[in-house]
Amino acid sequence: MSEPSSTDTSLDTPPSEEGLLESLEHMDAAERAEHDAAVSASVAPDREISVAKGETLLAVDGLTVRFGGLTALDDVSFDVRRGEILGLIGPNGAGKTTCFNIMTGVYRPTSGDIRLEGVSLARMKRYKIIQTGVARTFQNIRLFGAMTALENVVVGADARHRTSVPGALLRLPRHRREEREAVEKAMALLEFVGIADRAADKATALPYGYQRRLEIARALATQPKLLCLDEPAAGFSASEKDGLSELILKIRDDGYTVVIVEHDMRVVLGVTDRLVVLDFGRKIADGIPDEVRRDPAVVSAYLGGDLDEESDQ
Amino acid sequence: MAGVSHWWNSKSRPAQWGYMVPVVIFLLALPVLNPPIITTEPYTDFPIALFNAAVFALIAIGLNVVIGQAGLLDLGYVGFFAIGAYTAALLSSPDSELGVRYPWLVIVPIAMVVTMISGVILGTPTLRLRGDYLAIVTLGFGEIVRLLADNVDPLRGNRGFQNIARPGGDFPDGTPIFSQTDALGFYWLAVMIIVIVLLFMGNLERSRVGRAWIAVREDEDAAELSGVPTYRFKIWAFAIGAAVGGLSGTLFAAQVGYVNNQRFDITTSTLYLAAVVLGGQGNKVGVILGAFLVSYIPDRFQFEPTYRFLIFGVALIVLMIFRPQGLLGMRQHLLANGRQAYQKLFGAGTAVAPSGLTASSKARGDLSETVPDDHAGTSPRGGGE
Ligand SMILES: Nc1ncnc2c1ncn2[C@@H]1O[C@H](COP(=O)(O)OP(=O)(O)OP(=O)(O)O)[C@@H](O)[C@H]1O
Ligand SMILES: [Mg+2]
Repeated sequence: MSEPSSTDTSLDTPPSEEGLLESLEHMDAAERAEHDAAVSASVAPDREISVAKGETLLAVDGLTVRFGGLTALDDVSFDVRRGEILGLIGPNGAGKTTCFNIMTGVYRPTSGDIRLEGVSLARMKRYKIIQTGVARTFQNIRLFGAMTALENVVVGADARHRTSVPGALLRLPRHRREEREAVEKAMALLEFVGIADRAADKATALPYGYQRRLEIARALATQPKLLCLDEPAAGFSASEKDGLSELILKIRDDGYTVVIVEHDMRVVLGVTDRLVVLDFGRKIADGIPDEVRRDPAVVSAYLGGDLDEESDQ
Repeated sequence: MAGVSHWWNSKSRPAQWGYMVPVVIFLLALPVLNPPIITTEPYTDFPIALFNAAVFALIAIGLNVVIGQAGLLDLGYVGFFAIGAYTAALLSSPDSELGVRYPWLVIVPIAMVVTMISGVILGTPTLRLRGDYLAIVTLGFGEIVRLLADNVDPLRGNRGFQNIARPGGDFPDGTPIFSQTDALGFYWLAVMIIVIVLLFMGNLERSRVGRAWIAVREDEDAAELSGVPTYRFKIWAFAIGAAVGGLSGTLFAAQVGYVNNQRFDITTSTLYLAAVVLGGQGNKVGVILGAFLVSYIPDRFQFEPTYRFLIFGVALIVLMIFRPQGLLGMRQHLLANGRQAYQKLFGAGTAVAPSGLTASSKARGDLSETVPDDHAGTSPRGGGE
């Protein structure tokens, strides 16, 4: 666990006149680096723990999903390795979101299995899957509109909490501790994804790019082992995409494993360590980006259009 | 208005309660002051009218947990009120076959536990349902409770139960504080109960529990996929709402001293719902105001009971056109340390705090409003979630 007193978002010290956000602007480089380290420590408390990079984190095994007559996923198998950014790509309707939906318990597989560190997720309750360590964002943004940005993130942090009605009703010590930790962590996360300046705004009032980043913060707040991003750059301008790529790399560097579904090839090729390509529910390629983009099956799946061309859109 | 809420939000919670003290004192003094124009006399005894309004407010606070916070449309809430009243009757009336005469203070916790359990029993199968189905099943529950009161012999149907227990205690001049003829003591008791219940509700709201409820209301799937055990917290919402409903039932039964099967029909449930919607779902002060209006206006202006529904119907329609969020819009404080957190970020002097929404956040597409059309265009066939 992080020691909250070491971060600037700690609630123990009284607020300064100018506020954290303003004082950040006056910091010199050394102070700033120290502050960022504190934020990172709060965002990714376990990142110092040496994790065996490259070992299998999530195993997708012979996954088949049918909706009535339509086979959305057809015997798909791949691994996600610890510490990598895996790109899950494919044309529209290839089954990418369906894959995320299986990983997070929205749908159940028709056959096949999916395991996180050997634990099957196929029949697990959705909120248990989150606690086991898979978090996601949505292709169509789904925030809690009437809550502030900060509150949205705290909901994610609550996934790790045990307080229930009796504790909250009587304001027992554990509730007060969890409450304080959740808020401190959520503040650090908002800063981490770069939207702390709108922490007090209702989610509905945030600009589009902030909403996408807020979803990422909410997902990270659940302390996932695996973070699934469904088209996080959709609708972004070129500079916003660059900023997002930077954020995704930063998330990986803080010790998280990421699966990203994305159509924008510049983002995909810029951040991913490995690619899995789906087409009509089948896996057609799997490997490092440079190989996959030259794979004939992949090229023809994208209707002859070169993968690089897509990135120019 | 905005200025007032800004000022209010910048105060710490203890300070806010401090400011509430004179308001509560004024409310307690109201029946004694018996101010002209405001008073319901000579039509209705003013303390009785105020007591009835206070019971209504307590009911609305309980129903607000279920409807306003967790977003579960419960049309059978009167069932819990009835269970509370009948529990008081069975445990203290000489007409009861149980043959016990427990004091009121013992009855209250028992009745709350009984209603809570009935809330869990109702919720366990039904809370797997969503939306319209839930509304219909809860409607059925309210009717079942009423029909039981009508037809089960030990519940005595129309004959009812006399001499239900009241709290004890005398004024210095020897007259009892709590009596059927003078509702003053009961009104004071009801106001104090409301204050205590509000304190506890505030604790729940600023916790994981309140956030879970609002998350369920806003987007149940997203809530579950953010780690909220939605089913468990929906059951809690039902149980807590039911307990408050049961509490108001015992309070009501004690004051009237008599319970029979006449008060627990669907129209009563509808009035509760009207109070919540009118005042503003998800706003505790709002639903109290709504309940007060729904109870007080007919007492003050003495219209025929049948016109009651006509007038509230018209009022609701007008309100839904011009102010769909209710008189006071939805508003919640979901973080125990929220004020400190925002001040930490934005500076000690700022009074940043979440303000009420201007429009119902329930209206879908709120989120997409900030999204220009061309943003949705990357994946024409998207939306497989
Ligand atoms: N709940 C559902 N019921 C029926 N069919 C579905 C359902 N969800 C997805 N599908 C179908 O499964 C196929 C795969 O959909 P999916 O959303 O996974 O595609 P995708 O790869 O995410 O595409 P996009 O890039 O457009 O988001 C599509 O043909 C879709 O219509
Ligand atoms: Mg998709």
